[in-house]
Amino acid sequence: MSWLNRAKRGIKTWRKKDIPDGLWEKCPSCGEILYRKELDRQLSVCKKCDFHFRINAPAYLDILADASTFSEMDTALVSGDPLEFKDSKKYKDRVKAAIKKTGRNSAIMTGTAEIGGRPVLLAIMDFSFMGGSMGSVVGEKIVRAAKKAVEERRPLVIVTASGGARMQESILSLMQMSKTSAAIASVSRAGLPYIAILTNPTTGGVAASFAFQGDIIIAEPKAMIGFAGPRVIKETTGEELPDGFQRSEFLLDHGMIDIVASRQKLKTTLVYILDSLMSGASVRVEEDNQENDRKTISLIW
Amino acid sequence: MTETNARKVLDFEKPVDELQRRIERLKRDGTSSAGEIARLKEKLSELENKVYRDLSAWDRVQLARHPMRPTALDYIGCICDEFEELHGDRYFADDPALIGGLAKISGIPFMVIGQEKGRSTKEKIARNFGMVKPDGYRKSLRLMKLAEKFGLPILSLVDTQGAHPGIEAEERGQPRAIADNLKEVFGIATPIIVVVIGEGGSGGALAIAVGDSILMLEHAIYSVITPEGCAAILWKTREKAPDAAAALRLTSGDCLELGVIDGIIEEVHGAAHRDLEGNAARIRDAVLAEHEKLGKVPPDGLLKLREEKFYAMGQFEEG
Ligand SMILES: [Zn+2]
Repeated sequence: MSWLNRAKRGIKTWRKKDIPDGLWEKCPSCGEILYRKELDRQLSVCKKCDFHFRINAPAYLDILADASTFSEMDTALVSGDPLEFKDSKKYKDRVKAAIKKTGRNSAIMTGTAEIGGRPVLLAIMDFSFMGGSMGSVVGEKIVRAAKKAVEERRPLVIVTASGGARMQESILSLMQMSKTSAAIASVSRAGLPYIAILTNPTTGGVAASFAFQGDIIIAEPKAMIGFAGPRVIKETTGEELPDGFQRSEFLLDHGMIDIVASRQKLKTTLVYILDSLMSGASVRVEEDNQENDRKTISLIW
Repeated sequence: MTETNARKVLDFEKPVDELQRRIERLKRDGTSSAGEIARLKEKLSELENKVYRDLSAWDRVQLARHPMRPTALDYIGCICDEFEELHGDRYFADDPALIGGLAKISGIPFMVIGQEKGRSTKEKIARNFGMVKPDGYRKSLRLMKLAEKFGLPILSLVDTQGAHPGIEAEERGQPRAIADNLKEVFGIATPIIVVVIGEGGSGGALAIAVGDSILMLEHAIYSVITPEGCAAILWKTREKAPDAAAALRLTSGDCLELGVIDGIIEEVHGAAHRDLEGNAARIRDAVLAEHEKLGKVPPDGLLKLREEKFYAMGQFEEG
């Protein structure tokens, strides 16, 4: 059996040295060998089976925001080490390593941007930074982003990618679930749309807070989305997990999300939703508050 | 731990238990003088103070999960003059792991909600060990909104290892149910008093633990993950749970220091399971004191303060 056939049957005999580093990428889902440059053009989606490769926050920024419209906020925020947490490694060292690896200070980027010419407040989580785990910095950046969204009457868009809370900040990371929820509630009260875009994976404390608080919830195909991890569920209940369990399509079937959109369609979908919701908002505000808000709307939107 | 009808005693509690048994035996025999018994009782009280104060984080985890530790219904039975339980989420089910109802505490009407672990083995199974499903969280939100509508203060008793991890829980939207509670609570304009009575485990606990006054019983714990779960992930073995417990800073003292709770209710006679009524009275007094304080704040002021309280949580550096 050739290695390609074996790969198709899911037998893992493929070794990295078979292929020159960086030029080619193998699709983990169908085994197709993909030319890296072409894959980039396809937004890291397998042309054969539509598998969505994991991409980092700057890559999502490129896909969603109009060129050179992103103005990043709060880049200087970094984790403290309130608990002086140490397991096999010190938390401080883990954070340092993540900063070095990603070139960014935290697991989320926030800032003002335009999407299809529409002003928004855009936040993008980064799985490559400690698994996108939510600690105090992620929580604070979301609060500040929400405040700015309300101030400037911008819709809020958050792209989630997270394994959950950051254990090394223990109870303080748990509290970020309620802290971010308070922020989303304030956006809601201001009558502004909040669109959540769930990518692979969105689980644990992030799923059970702002990810599922979107007015509209969009997910990328086959993203892992849920509260408890599949292994924990299996161990606790002894149940066999159904096919496609905790994947986007499963959640769509169960009424938990609005739309499954492939990466190529994310931006157009988002623009359509923003347009639809903001036209409603502007009508309502104009009726209620006349001059001042009308000015704001014509200025910003 | 074996499940018998006899009282269950943790290793480090043995000296206390032995002395207590001796006192009980002497009283029964009627041969000892009143003075002798009084002296032994004093000794017992000293021993309680020693044994239950000088504990490792892991010991405290054991106390928080003590098989005889009072549950939400135990406390409700003691602190409420009356309690009419209300059932169901109006969507799908009535989750027995999450209880709630209309109560009177020293004559003051309250909406009380809480996680109930169950006491006997049979009841524990029926109540899913206090692990709440989406239906339970939706019930709690329904009751909180009901309380707001009729101007009742809310008392929430927190005691769970975590939200139920299961197929049907995920199918019915466990993350959405918790997320809904966390968001909606910032619009519930009535005083909310939270007491963590046993285990404050993860998002499953937090879903009913956002409020204006957040208290912990002395030996309760509050953590983002169980020590076992944390050890399995970060130390790659569950056996390191005692190390994880220490690292997680999950005791009431830690939580107060880290600014996530407002106060600690000291447990009498060493630990809550040694004196249900005494400890329930302490909870009642604390709740009434908090209620009086919060009663002076207008409802929209409460919401503002609640938001600010949670905005202030967390620690980071800004270079
Ligand atoms: Zn493929």
